[in-house]
Amino acid sequence: MARRAADDMFVGFFVNPAQIRYLAIKKERIINMQTSTCQKSGGCKIPDRATLPKELYQKLAAFVDTLPQKEGHLVTVLHKAQSLFGYLPREVLEFVAQQMGDPLAKVYGVVSFYTFFTQIPKGKYPISICMGTACFVVGAEKVVDSFQKQLGGIEVSEVTPDGKFSIDCLRCVGACALAPVVMIGEKVYAKVTPDMVKGIIADFS
Amino acid sequence: MSEKKQIRIATRNSGFIDPENIDSYIAAGGYLALAKCIEEMTPTQVIDEMKASGLRGRGGAGFPTGVKWGFAAGYKSDTKYVVCNADEGDPGAFMDRAILEGDPHSVLEAMAIGAYAIGGNKGTIYIRAEYPLAIKRLKIAIEQAEEKGVLGKGIFGSDFNFDLDIKYGAGAFVCGEETALINSMEGMRGEPYTKPPFPAESGYWSKPTIVNNVETLAAIPAIIVKGANWFNKIGSETTKGTKVFALAGKINNVGLIEVPMGITLREVIMDVGGGVAKGKEFKAVQTGGPSGGALTYKDLDVKIDYESLAACQSIMGSGGMIVMDEDDCMVAVSKFFLDFTMDETCGKCTPCRIGSKRIYETLDKITMGQGTMDDIENLKLLAVAIKDTALCGLGQTMPNPVLSTMRVFEDEYKAHVIDKKCPAGVCSSLLEFVVVDEKCVGCTLCAKICPVDCISGKVKEVHVIDQAACIKCGACLDKCKFDAIIKR
Repeated sequence: MARRAADDMFVGFFVNPAQIRYLAIKKERIINMQTSTCQKSGGCKIPDRATLPKELYQKLAAFVDTLPQKEGHLVTVLHKAQSLFGYLPREVLEFVAQQMGDPLAKVYGVVSFYTFFTQIPKGKYPISICMGTACFVVGAEKVVDSFQKQLGGIEVSEVTPDGKFSIDCLRCVGACALAPVVMIGEKVYAKVTPDMVKGIIADFS
Repeated sequence: MSEKKQIRIATRNSGFIDPENIDSYIAAGGYLALAKCIEEMTPTQVIDEMKASGLRGRGGAGFPTGVKWGFAAGYKSDTKYVVCNADEGDPGAFMDRAILEGDPHSVLEAMAIGAYAIGGNKGTIYIRAEYPLAIKRLKIAIEQAEEKGVLGKGIFGSDFNFDLDIKYGAGAFVCGEETALINSMEGMRGEPYTKPPFPAESGYWSKPTIVNNVETLAAIPAIIVKGANWFNKIGSETTKGTKVFALAGKINNVGLIEVPMGITLREVIMDVGGGVAKGKEFKAVQTGGPSGGALTYKDLDVKIDYESLAACQSIMGSGGMIVMDEDDCMVAVSKFFLDFTMDETCGKCTPCRIGSKRIYETLDKITMGQGTMDDIENLKLLAVAIKDTALCGLGQTMPNPVLSTMRVFEDEYKAHVIDKKCPAGVCSSLLEFVVVDEKCVGCTLCAKICPVDCISGKVKEVHVIDQAACIKCGACLDKCKFDAIIKR
């Protein structure tokens, strides 16, 4: 019964003329949403190979050696790698794969699954805007817009060209009494309004 | 915050003891329960006591803890695991963090009790990497407990051993689901798998595993010390004990509360929470986070427990309560939650992966003013189909925000579709910003702030907004000191 309902549902979706009109109107947006996972304003390209300090690789290898066993510790090693390098570019993933004896595809699969792991470097001052429900209902969305505007229109999860700021939306920092909350590095800003954004950025300039 | 209606069990020590000092916890009666279990009770007695207390999992599903332990105890294995689920991903809920930061030892003690009861000897705390202070305090607590000999080998001179370690989550909401959590602890993608086998039979490294939530664990030492009969006198018919809720949103008293089960929503919001902020009209409260539903003014006298919330198309969840007032649009709120689940679905099963996207798109269409009546019918059908077919709890509860808001606020959905209006004035595509001629003094402030320069008018003359060019950002409305700009 439920399955029939589901089938009818999808048929209904694809022949509905209103839906087709909507698709036409929102074509660009839908294409962006459906065909590519890349939503960066610069488009998709393979980034240049990063050269990262050798001693960090050595530290990571030393950490892997301290593990009681390699099995089951991929996430642990990736946490360590991100804390050392700040982000997880392809080179680091290759190194982790080799150290752990896992295929690169598996490592990539894990990294891309978890939102905590980032494959692009964060800004010097990472801006994290809480988008938990409590922050949302008191206007966190407008705060995000305001940060984007002040930082030259970069998208969420992107870095400014000078590498100074990056914007991220967090799910909940558990400080709902202070909503909307913005964190820049370790510093917490409470009850942020769009008007305050300019001043907050100025604190780091 | 009103203490009168609150009973603190899980949060009994938070704020009263020094969380970084084990002696402070012991002085408050800590590790007494573990000693009592090991010295006076057999594992079966511990499980029977838990069953008798009626304690149910506080992570959301409400499965009886004693029964879960009983299952795990029934399987023979050289190793059994006790896992603490501290992957609190529900936006707007932070009770687990508060307990781990304020009273970490109560969780460790309960895990040791659980291990003793099921015949296990290893424990793992799976915690969000986003909670650095909680992690730090847990590490200190484990170290001190090992020094004191309440963790480790030969606890209290018996032959019971229990070792604990910590594993970090990496920001995936679905990892709150126990099978996904186990996959994640094994270093893999946090995708759930089909039950059975249940973790109690084959979980972490295919060994019998019990997964308990932080708040569930925190209540256990108190139950053992004071007895099951004390605990099951508190609460409602079906649900015993207390529940910690995180009150947030548009309410006067924001923060954590711990109230007995069976209390009415009205008491929680109006008495403990001090009513809706700024004297506005209460509209709805979202319980259970993105998997939960909205309870409305019609449900204010519902007694809070697992069954009655489920009857209102919502869930208890981990205990987030976000209060919304007349200025919140229920369609936009549903869309916000679906945006969250669409982002957090692990992608393993089709109903959840594609269904969340289709619901989101339909809601988006409605908020853009392009919805049709067919869309509303389709939403209902799709929601029911997903509930019936999704693999894990995340997918099965994902349509709840839509179903529960439609239950009471179908008119609001229809207003978006038929009248192309957003009654709460939230969905910007359906709004018009206009200048009230009588109030405008011509200060030019709005024209200056407008990002697209669509407001024209001379100094000291009434200004006009060009509707065709307006992007409906609302900047002028916020800026105007004379309330001369309204949205409608």
